[in-house]
Amino acid sequence: MKIGVCIKRVPDTETRIKIGADGKSIDESGVKFVLNPFDEYAVEEALKLKEQAGGEVVVVCLGTEASQETIRTALAMGADSGVLLKASAVPLDPLVVARALAAELEQGAFDMILFGKLAIDDYGQAVGTMVAELLGLPSVSAITRLEVTDNTATAQREVEGALEVVEFSLPAVVTAEKGLNEPRYPALRGIMLAKKKPLEIKEVDLDQGGMEVVELTLPPERKAGRIVGEGPDAVPALVDALRNEAKVV
Amino acid sequence: MSELPYFTAEHQQVRDLVRDFAESEIKPVARELDLQSKFPWENVRKMGELGLLGSTWSVELGGAGMDYISYIIIVEELARVDASHSITCSAHTTLGTSPIVQFGNEEQQQRYVPLLASGKVLGGFGLTEPGAGSDAGGTETFAEDKGDHFLINGSKIFITHAGVGEIFVITARTERKPAKRTGGISSFIVTKDTTDLAEAEAVGVGHDPDLVKTPGVTAGKKEDKMGWRASDTRELVLEDAVVPKENVLGEPGKGFINFLKTLDSGRIGVGAIALGLAQGALEESLKYTSDRKQFGRTIASFQNTQFALADMATEIEAARHLVYHAAWLYQNGKPHTTAAAMAKLYASEACMRATTKAVQLHGGYGYTTEYPVERMMRDAKVNEIGEGTSEIQRLVIARDLLKDYAVA
Ligand SMILES: Cc1cc2nc3c(=O)[nH]c(=O)nc-3n(C[C@H](O)[C@H](O)[C@H](O)COP(=O)(O)OP(=O)(O)OC[C@H]3O[C@@H](n4cnc5c(N)ncnc54)[C@H](O)[C@@H]3O)c2cc1C
Repeated sequence: MKIGVCIKRVPDTETRIKIGADGKSIDESGVKFVLNPFDEYAVEEALKLKEQAGGEVVVVCLGTEASQETIRTALAMGADSGVLLKASAVPLDPLVVARALAAELEQGAFDMILFGKLAIDDYGQAVGTMVAELLGLPSVSAITRLEVTDNTATAQREVEGALEVVEFSLPAVVTAEKGLNEPRYPALRGIMLAKKKPLEIKEVDLDQGGMEVVELTLPPERKAGRIVGEGPDAVPALVDALRNEAKVV
Repeated sequence: MSELPYFTAEHQQVRDLVRDFAESEIKPVARELDLQSKFPWENVRKMGELGLLGSTWSVELGGAGMDYISYIIIVEELARVDASHSITCSAHTTLGTSPIVQFGNEEQQQRYVPLLASGKVLGGFGLTEPGAGSDAGGTETFAEDKGDHFLINGSKIFITHAGVGEIFVITARTERKPAKRTGGISSFIVTKDTTDLAEAEAVGVGHDPDLVKTPGVTAGKKEDKMGWRASDTRELVLEDAVVPKENVLGEPGKGFINFLKTLDSGRIGVGAIALGLAQGALEESLKYTSDRKQFGRTIASFQNTQFALADMATEIEAARHLVYHAAWLYQNGKPHTTAAAMAKLYASEACMRATTKAVQLHGGYGYTTEYPVERMMRDAKVNEIGEGTSEIQRLVIARDLLKDYAVA
């Protein structure tokens, strides 16, 4: 089975985001970047599929030069090879990104393509599904379980108050939700092996598409919490605070 | 994270991996393990799976084939969250395994290193005795040549992993009256069953039933320690231990010189533990002081707090340079004895100051087990004692300084 996983380099969730001088971008100085956590689930699932059915796992990343590190992380986890679609910046418009990825994936004859359900930097939740549409493939988003047998697969997704089970044929595109699996750490030997795995860099020329960042602002600072007391004695004070201060009950 | 000339992108990956592992797997359990003085078997298994217990040995010997600086990064990052986990990795690697890799013959390497490198069993190093601490050449343990084997009698104390471990390198006298006091000491590989058979069975690592055990080698009572409480420290008792000749490690009589070499690199490791621990204490202090309010403002806004934080950070930075410089010298096969002693001396003393300041900055809260700085301050002290006290480091450094002068 040939499995493709699309991954993105994003700021670490622990990073304190500062807005750049232009008011439209993140100040990247001192920011630590990581493999998008939802993409980790996608990589892990791909590796599990490979362990089960054999084949190869190719990671594809659209990003700047620095995204090579992110690809190496996926290779250290166990992916076989990587492709960097190198751009000077990652456009905000998901359709531009999806087109570039689809053009690359189209040539790969993949049986299964996995994405994270969203990237934690822009929370778009769009690229995976768009790629499926562009490639004319079935797509299941935000899956929490996946089983593949030959040319068909079953995926599970959590919908409001219920579980939805979807059956589909391969090739297909799925996007991974938290809970799909427990991503492995890249072991030391994986890090050593990753150095020798193929990483192809292809320059891509992208337009900015139909979206533009006008302004970025930080969310208002959250007010500090307050402990009203401990144990059953504190309940009246808590109810009072919820009712009269927070006005939520 | 400061940029040092020694680090590559791959080193950063190692750091990220270990930091991530330490934050998610060690941080949640460190307090409880310390309180109960419980050995972290579950995490030992995980560290083994990640390759952290054999990072620098060749792939052929079951290691990950990484360089020494990667290993120092691992030790530092483990200690940033918990020193006990860090000494477990470091004592196992530099003290327990490295002498076999460095001085062992082909057969000894093949027999013992893969077991150790994978973390299948734990290793240790028995040098210290009741009468031979700083004066390690004062070894009284005696190995009597019985023709086809040695009969060893003696007591090794304060041995990291003496209980949990199964493979040990020990030193013993093979000559009653050597020409030189430190001569006539040889190294041996001895084995025993882990004291934690049930735990080992439950987690699947820690015991190898196929490993031939040395009759007469046992573990004494576990020490009740100030710090490193989740690490296992005990007496290793050798009572008519029957050690086959093939278990002599390295050249007979070269034991003293060889363990000095082992200790040189061990000291860089202890420096890295102190560095990580101090860094962890600094980060805890930054978090706490910018959150805690007194007199209507955060305590981090007081200049005294800022000065304390700045001093901690500066000393940590200096320690980092000494530790990685010594590691670089070691890795590149350059003389490193003095650099290693300086790194350990400075890092461990800076760590003691940093963790003490961290508790001070936390006030009464820092004196309770509720906050990790309390444990960190207790864990700091032994870095000034183990693998050569601070005083011994000063002696090593001074000996080098004065080597060309006549000091009678
Ligand atoms: C937690 C822990 C783990 C350990 N793990 C191991 C291990 O795995 N393997 C192992 O072999 N050992 C181990 N040790 C032992 C450790 O290396 C010794 O404790 C250490 O070398 C000091 O020896 P000592 O305790 O006998 O102290 P002593 O040598 O009695 O020293 C007491 C004091 O006298 C000072 N002193 C001694 N000689 C001089 C001198 N010439 N000049 C100035 N001052 C001097 C010392 O600096 C110290 O302050 C461990 C110890 C601890 C606490």
